[in-house]
This record gives sequence, C-alpha cells and structure tokens, in this order.
Amino acid sequence: MPDSLQKNDKTFLEEVERRSGQHMVECYQCGNCTAGCPFNFAYDLPVSKIMRLVQLGQREAVLSCHSIWLCASCQTCTARCPNNIDVAKIVDVLRHMAREAGYATERNVKAFGDSFLASVKKHGRLHELGVAVGYEMRTGRFLTDIDLAPTMIGKGKLSIRPHHLHGADKVAGIFNRFNEGNHD
Amino acid sequence: MTNSAIAYYPGCSGKGSSEEYDLSTRAVMRRLGAEPQEIEDWNCCGSSPAHMVNHELSAALSGRNLAQAKRMGHHLVTTPCPSCLTNLKNAQQAAWDEDKRLKINKLMDDECPTDVDSISTLQFFTEHIGLDRIREAVVSPLPALRVACYYGCLTTRPPKLMRFDDPENPMSMDNILAACGIEVVPFPLKTDCCGAASGMPRNDITTRLSGKILDMASELKADAVAVACPLCQMNLDLRQSQVNRARRSRYRMPIFYFTQLMGLAMGLPEKELGLSKLAVNPEPCLARAGVR
Ligand code: SF4
Ligand code: SF4
Repeated sequence: MPDSLQKNDKTFLEEVERRSGQHMVECYQCGNCTAGCPFNFAYDLPVSKIMRLVQLGQREAVLSCHSIWLCASCQTCTARCPNNIDVAKIVDVLRHMAREAGYATERNVKAFGDSFLASVKKHGRLHELGVAVGYEMRTGRFLTDIDLAPTMIGKGKLSIRPHHLHGADKVAGIFNRFNEGNHD
Repeated sequence: MTNSAIAYYPGCSGKGSSEEYDLSTRAVMRRLGAEPQEIEDWNCCGSSPAHMVNHELSAALSGRNLAQAKRMGHHLVTTPCPSCLTNLKNAQQAAWDEDKRLKINKLMDDECPTDVDSISTLQFFTEHIGLDRIREAVVSPLPALRVACYYGCLTTRPPKLMRFDDPENPMSMDNILAACGIEVVPFPLKTDCCGAASGMPRNDITTRLSGKILDMASELKADAVAVACPLCQMNLDLRQSQVNRARRSRYRMPIFYFTQLMGLAMGLPEKELGLSKLAVNPEPCLARAGVR
C-alpha cells in the first residue's frame, strides 16, 4: 500500500516526540541530514525520509526499516540540522521502540548489541572475546573476524579471561532493575 | 610544575584492544605534570549497545562511574575514549533533569552526581596543559613525519554536548602534533565515520568507510594517520587487512594514537608507548622519517 493510503497514527508521532524531547514539526525536509549520513548507501530509508514518515504517523514503515538498526550514532545529522533537531537521538529512540515492539530487522546488529550487554552484565566490564563468542552463538556465524584473532592474540590484545570487578554485582543489579521495570 | 590530579576513566578497550592508547596517554600525562587517578572499580559504560537499548540504562552505567569518581573527591574525569565520554556526559546531563535523575538513581541504587564533569584527554591536553607546556616537553621533534589527523565522529559531536573544538574542522590534535614538531597535512575527512561498531555485524560497511579514509590519507601522501578513538584505530589498523581484501588495495599505513606520537616526540621509552602493539608495523615508516 502506498504511504499516503496508510492510516496516520498520531500516537506514534506523540510518543517519538515525548521520548526524544524533539519537535518533529520543525523538520522542513531540507535533506541536510541525509546528505551527510555516512550510512545512507546502506539504508533502505534515508534519515530525512524517516523524519517525514514519523511526522505522518507511519509507525509500521518506520519501525520495520533497516536504517534505524544500521545507524552508527555518528551525530553528523544532529550536527548539521539547520533547525537544531537532535536527529541521531530520534533514531536512537526509534531503535528502542522497534526493539520493544519485537522488530529486529538487522538481526546481526541486534545480536552484536545483545552479546555486548550480556558480557557487561556478567562481568561488569566488557570481555571482548566473550562478545565474539556470544555473537557467534547467537548468529551461527562461526568464522566472523577469525582472521583477526592471530594478530590480536600475538599483540596481547585479546584477553582470554574477563577482568574481575568488585562491583560486578552492582552492575548486574542495574541490569536486573532495568529488566524488572517498565522503561521507555 | 605541580602535579595536578584528575580522575581517569580508561574504558574497557584500554584494558584490551587499545592498551597502547591507555599506556601512552598515562605516560604523556605524567610527563606533562598531570596525575591520572584511575576511577576505582570502574565498570563498562555500555558503549553504543546500551544507549541503543535505553537511555536511562546507559546513564545508570556511566552514573556509577561518576559516583565512584566523586567518592574519590574528584569533580572532573578525563577519558581517552570518545564513546565513553559521550556516555559520561549524557549521564551527567540526564541527571540535571529531576524526573530522569530519579529513574536513573533507582536503577543505580545510588546517586548519579550532577557535579562531576568529563572531558576527553584531547581537551585536557589542549585546555589544561596548553601548547606551550607541550612544546617545552618536546626533546625530539619529528619534522620528516607527515601525519593526517583523523578525529572520527564523536570527538567533537554533537557540538552542544561536547563543547570542544570545531565540529566540522577540528584543529586540537593538529595543533598538538604540530607543537610536537610533526608535519600535519590538511585532512578533509577529519570527522567522517570509519564504520563504527559495524565491523562485526556488517563488515561490508566498515571496510567501505574505513577504506575511504585510507584512500584520502594515501592520496595526500601522509606517512601515517593519527587517531584519538579506540574504535577508529581498530577499524583502520587491525581491520586494514580486511579493507585491503575487500577493496583490492595494498595499504600498509601505520595508524598511531596521537598520544604515541606525542610520547615519541617527548622521548618516552618504547615500553610506555606500546608501538609494537599496532597491527600495521610502524617501524619502516618511522625509519623513513628518520625517527629511529
Ligand atoms: S547518526 Fe545515524 S542517521 Fe545520523 S548521520 Fe550518523 S549514521 Fe546517519
Ligand atoms: S537536516 Fe533537520 S530539517 Fe533538514 S531534513 Fe534533516 S531533520 Fe529535517
């Protein structure tokens, strides 16, 4: 169905505005954000079009796109928006909403983030090897980055064991309270 | 010169993949009369994955580090990692909002301080040490070394949060390295993205974006690139072999942390600079430049 025929979900626009603290109406579609976006070549929806679709209340089209998962949070769009809209923050919020609604359009990106946070929750600090292993278990991609391992091990850059942290239980507590609570 | 103590947050990569950045940063700080005091029992800030899940979760993780620094009596933290810095600054700023502070404190089961500021080590060298003191500390200037300064996305952006240097054409690293007697080349891709954390999930994106930066540095006949971010360094250095494979290029461009070059100019010993930890061997380039 063309975008124009889909229903305009006003609650979507309101929720994005509330959670990001940004005024979406201020976007006048100049396209500066898209022009500077280094990931645009890999996006299915350019970032300025995402802004427009949020204005039009197109919840499904936005939350199911690939772009919001690929965004590197490089802040180029935010730095260059003539209306001082924090565009990168809006993309971040859209990613939160997509995740909560059960979308995972870029499965590997989600798996990488999940492995990363699982490592932090467990050890308090990041264990890079643990992230790689966790990522591979989640995606079944056993050979990812294996070519880098010999160099990393040779240079002493890949610790086999995680660092021990006295406050590891405090960090786990942050994650547990987060998982228990209702957050938006 | 009196020693000035400042809270120091190395970040997780400083204990792993960017150990040489951590080592050289501390060594150069000490050489310049500053005393980095590592935040006791600091935890991972969650980097991008945390803020991509939830802003309060991210703020609580960094809030704990700010609280630890405050317990040590500090009101200023410095970190070499731009991504850690963004998270530290975001946590403080979120805590300025009463409503958010309550939510963050509840997650932390502690108080997220509102009065602990954070700055990059690049900003620390620029504003707290100053170019004059850096110039005075130089014992072996490196005039035959042509270096492209690459800042990455986050060092100066978003400008309202970072409040440091120019978001489109930053000069702080250029000025520091020039003060170390290094020839810096005007580099038009200073703040372009290297592909950030896409290296593992979307390697095609990272090799393409990092490749562009290497292309430009090579076109400008730079001998090396200087960086201020562990992720930029990993994408350009460790992943240079992947970039070459994906793009049929044959780069062997050394990617230094700017603190390693400062340390070289200040005559600091190799074991404090960790040059041997770089994936692309910098020795031929240093030899050509007559450094060693
Ligand atoms: S923050 Fe995301 S959307 Fe904005 S320019 Fe960077 S990659 Fe593109
Ligand atoms: S730069 Fe700002 S005003 Fe222009 S299209 Fe992007 S969000 Fe809209």
